[in-house]
Amino acid sequence: MRRQHSVLPGFRLTLAVTMVALALIVVIPLAGLVAKAATVPWDHALEVLGSWRTLSAFRISFGLSALAALVNLPIGLLLAWTLTRVSFPGKHLVDAMIDLPFALPTAVAGIALATLYADNGWIGGLLARAGVQVAFTPSGIFVALSFVGLPFVVRSLQPVLRALPRDVEEAALTLGAPSWQILRRVILPPLLPAAFTGATLAFARGVGEYGSVIFIAGNRPAVSEIVPLLIVAKLEQFDYPGAALLGTIMLALSLAILLALGRLQRPAHV
Amino acid sequence: MSSRGSHLILIAATLLVVGFMLVLPLLVVFSEALAQGWDFLAEALREPDAQAAIRLTALVAAIAVPVNAVIGVAAAWCLTHFSFRGRKLLIGLIELPFAVSPVISGMVYVLLFGLQGWFGPFLMAHGVKIIFALPGIVIATVFVTLPFVARQLMPLMQALGTEEEQAALTLGASGWQMFTRITLPRIRWALLTGVLLCNARAMGEFGAVSVVSGHIRGATNTMPLHIEILYNEYNLPAAFAMAALLALLAIATIGLRLILEWQGRRAEVRGQQAIWVNA
Repeated sequence: MRRQHSVLPGFRLTLAVTMVALALIVVIPLAGLVAKAATVPWDHALEVLGSWRTLSAFRISFGLSALAALVNLPIGLLLAWTLTRVSFPGKHLVDAMIDLPFALPTAVAGIALATLYADNGWIGGLLARAGVQVAFTPSGIFVALSFVGLPFVVRSLQPVLRALPRDVEEAALTLGAPSWQILRRVILPPLLPAAFTGATLAFARGVGEYGSVIFIAGNRPAVSEIVPLLIVAKLEQFDYPGAALLGTIMLALSLAILLALGRLQRPAHV
Repeated sequence: MSSRGSHLILIAATLLVVGFMLVLPLLVVFSEALAQGWDFLAEALREPDAQAAIRLTALVAAIAVPVNAVIGVAAAWCLTHFSFRGRKLLIGLIELPFAVSPVISGMVYVLLFGLQGWFGPFLMAHGVKIIFALPGIVIATVFVTLPFVARQLMPLMQALGTEEEQAALTLGASGWQMFTRITLPRIRWALLTGVLLCNARAMGEFGAVSVVSGHIRGATNTMPLHIEILYNEYNLPAAFAMAALLALLAIATIGLRLILEWQGRRAEVRGQQAIWVNA
């Protein structure tokens, strides 16, 4: 191995610590997962993957994660725009609040959202009068995934908005362009990559999300059961091969999503 | 076009969204926790199983966070200051736990150390219990919190460069002296931020720990797992009492992070000023 700054000490020690830690904590366990999935006979694999329950769980997890990420795009743009371009009292407090879904333990978010959106909850009560039920339906999953995904979009957009020169919009304004045209022609194009990154990170998080979803979902097989919960159900029935198979597919899909994004890491601030 | 008017609309819409999506869930936690009064809240948190959960959570964090601080500093050092084959792969592996579903993070250890796992029979024969016991909870927690410290340190170390370290070495400092007197003071705010975020996640982790813990009341239940049990028993006031404690932790984490980042920026400015003075 060739090192660059050979003057600095500690290369061997720190590399050894890093590699041993990664091997023990990450590589061997994940290899064990894939190896377990590889032991599953074809007919059992087809039975697990082809079942209505599994297919529904994938449809629910991926569909609702995508929907939540899409809905978070305009909402995240609104928040990021206001927080970078407009000043108002308490702005820093609002900006700090955006991190709440990152900081709040998922189980806490889960029971809070379930209580909020239940038929007798603050929001659920209002919705119930309009005949809409959110908690314990797929809509509840959507609510939870929107909550956990929001900061990804906002935090991806903020640095780009900060770097975007104000004079471009001002020039467009003085030239008399209507504001929706400024939005579409001047402001949105440079934001698109960051918006896409943020939405994809929110989507990837949503697909794997467990704690905040299971309390509000109702968890009925083929109706409101997400893939992570199906994996847990298989583990509890000691169907380790089936669980490993689903886990390997989820792992491969989330890796593919993030590699396609060209980066494994989240934006610097997240 | 009145930019004032449009600003007011933007502010109102933002406050509405933040209030609706973020503030209400937080408020509901405290409102439910206090629904039966302060005495009930204190009583719920004094209950033996609740106490056991709080102690276990503190213990798990007390092991997992220092382990990750050491790994994070070591990884950041070799991954930012040296270039070698496989460096990108190692960075990817460190970031990997963020990309994995918490359920999978727990399951991989069940598949390794569980009764039907790869090492299950061996562990059984030697009387070692990892799954459904403390070691499993700690390992799963270390996995999910692995990236926090390294990802706080790597961009900073990259930006700081190594001139000061090299100067110390030239003046005869040993490697350890260089690290404790030069590197550590320069990275301390970022390191503390990483430790803070790592701790918040370690104490709040649910999915991964849920899979490896076995939910044994009073023994392998962490605070988030205890919340689930209480909630499923329809003991909402007690569940929200525990949840309020974790919500306070989240608020404290966000607040402390702002302070640490502010300190870090100040330190950076001071460092630049020092360079200017010396120049």
